[in-house]
Amino acid sequence: MPSLQEMAKKDGAFAGGHRMCAGCPVPIFTKMLTRVTDGYEIVAGNATGCLEVASSIFPYSAWKIPWIHTAFENVSASMSGVETMYRVLKKKGKITKPYKFIAMGGDGGTYDIGLQSLSGAMERGHDLVYICYDNGAYMNTGVQRSSATPMGASTTTTPKGEQSFGRQGTRKDLTRIMVAHNIGYVAQASIHNPVDLSEKLKKAIELDGPAFINLLSPCIPGWKIAPDLAVEVARLGVETKYWPMYEVIDGEYKINYTPEKDIPVSEWMFLQGRFKHLQKPEYKDVVDAFQQEVDRNWNWLVRQAEAVKLLSTEAKN
Amino acid sequence: MSECMRQINPDVVPAFPITPSTQVIEDFSQFVADGKVDTEIITVESEHSAMSACIGAAAAGGRVMTATSSAGMALMWEMLYVASSMRQPIVMTLINRAMSAPINIHADHSDSMGARDAGWIQLYAENNQEAYDNLIMAIKIAENMDVRLPVMVCMDGFIISHCVQTMQLEDTEKIRLFVGEFASTYPVLDTENPASWGALDLQDYYMEHKRAQHMAMKNAKNVIKKVSGEFADIFGRKYELFESYQLEDAERVIIAINSVCGEIKEVIDERREKGDRVGLLKIRSFRPFPYEEIAAALEGVKIVTVLDRSESMGAYGPLFTEIRTALFNAPQKPMVYNRIFGLGGRELFMSDIHDIFEENKTYLETNRVEKMFDYLKVRGG
Repeated sequence: MPSLQEMAKKDGAFAGGHRMCAGCPVPIFTKMLTRVTDGYEIVAGNATGCLEVASSIFPYSAWKIPWIHTAFENVSASMSGVETMYRVLKKKGKITKPYKFIAMGGDGGTYDIGLQSLSGAMERGHDLVYICYDNGAYMNTGVQRSSATPMGASTTTTPKGEQSFGRQGTRKDLTRIMVAHNIGYVAQASIHNPVDLSEKLKKAIELDGPAFINLLSPCIPGWKIAPDLAVEVARLGVETKYWPMYEVIDGEYKINYTPEKDIPVSEWMFLQGRFKHLQKPEYKDVVDAFQQEVDRNWNWLVRQAEAVKLLSTEAKN
Repeated sequence: MSECMRQINPDVVPAFPITPSTQVIEDFSQFVADGKVDTEIITVESEHSAMSACIGAAAAGGRVMTATSSAGMALMWEMLYVASSMRQPIVMTLINRAMSAPINIHADHSDSMGARDAGWIQLYAENNQEAYDNLIMAIKIAENMDVRLPVMVCMDGFIISHCVQTMQLEDTEKIRLFVGEFASTYPVLDTENPASWGALDLQDYYMEHKRAQHMAMKNAKNVIKKVSGEFADIFGRKYELFESYQLEDAERVIIAINSVCGEIKEVIDERREKGDRVGLLKIRSFRPFPYEEIAAALEGVKIVTVLDRSESMGAYGPLFTEIRTALFNAPQKPMVYNRIFGLGGRELFMSDIHDIFEENKTYLETNRVEKMFDYLKVRGG
């Protein structure tokens, strides 16, 4: 694995001059796509979303690798087509180099409208890495709730109001849905930790078959944070166990980072304007419920990882 | 159609089952399973994904085919526009079937007529032979560098798709030679010259791209003629943008699409024997639509009955509106009126076609079209 310094010297997939918001952390991962592993031609596809619109305003493009976007709900399907054509042309001897394929989408294009095509592509076993940059709402269209929006967040379709504390109910756990597809590699990563992210990207790309990475990626206007805070807010999302960093290799869970301290999730929440209204005493119940959900998910994850350790110990004995 | 696909041997076929097009893909899957083609099938989870995968595969740089019907194509809707606008020469068999609701699996043209503005070339076929021939020609039309547009090859569900007919199958090598090698343009798999596909295109460029697409569709008219001529030279069957059947001296004409034209021809033969000057104009290319050519072919005709096998609720049938547009600037306009028939597979018998010719005879004699628009063979008037 090259060091970050070495990686930075390689040609990136993504040029500057794109029109992502100031402080948006998404380019951290797009720049990495060609830097984590050698020996492969990389072809990328995008669901409609901020990354797509901000990187490809005709006649300009920030993409230095082949890139295709066709619609919102179907990047997995259109990339299935690209990947399949590659296999046919390779079989026919028209292409000789080894290729790898990346599909990218936000949580709207992945958890919601693109879930069916994602599920289909993963189940069929295409050699495709799907990276979901999860910023917890339809940010490109102006911060509408998605099934990835956390409880209590005020969005433009779940606004806080006289009768509402914002988004009701808990978010969908897409990572676990992807694990249920029995694919070789599923991981959660966070944009604040490029070392962990690059290792995961490398594993996913080098795997022969489908892989899925769910990437926590704070949104400056959507989370209502200062442009210099994205990395810090992502870090705190992991430290408070809101977003555990873990991987599931061939069905076996492994937690990559266990925070040393128990930091209440409210510390992460109240850095963000979208949760600010929950600081009022009457919403204590909501914050408590949020914390319980975080604890429940973390404990569930710990049990999965412990079960793996236990099984491997038994196997050794 | 699957046999024809086997002969063409496309690179990738993404497909999803839907009646009545399912068998095309089932039979083709068997060819793949038996190693009779080099094709990879993508058994997608929906038609939306089928068309999305078609676009991805075609953009990657190879030949792509698929098949669908009715609701299946409706689910592709968004991607039909993307396929034509990204100028992908995808060829799709569309087994025409009525749109729900009420749910119905039989033939009408509500599926393809609804998609007439999606930027696809639409070719129609009266019988299995024409559908087979159109599919071969479609590859060459779609992939022509002055066109680069997707083509849907349409035929009536069950009436044709599940009908046993005698037909001429051509030699596979001859077909492969005719369609030639696929030539790609800016393939996604070219990493030496990386292209960005599907960029955001705003007020400053969108309209130029649409206009370029329009010009490609205009070019398609001549390319269809050219490819049909080459096809005739090799395989002996001659096709035009539309078929003129006994039009030469006809006074009263029916204009129609697809399988019903077979019956209309029989009726015309019967009536011609008795000296009745009747004829048929059968549409083959609905997109691009040959307005000037149709107007010229109808010169001297006194009355035209346009049969539409689909509805445009609150308007005339889609074929009728095109025909009347074609005739508007003609020096001598025939009388023209519209009949809707055959929705959801409702039969139109030869006796019904005789009735149409009797009706337009009366209209001509009285110089009056009593009903501009009506349903044929429907309960309750």
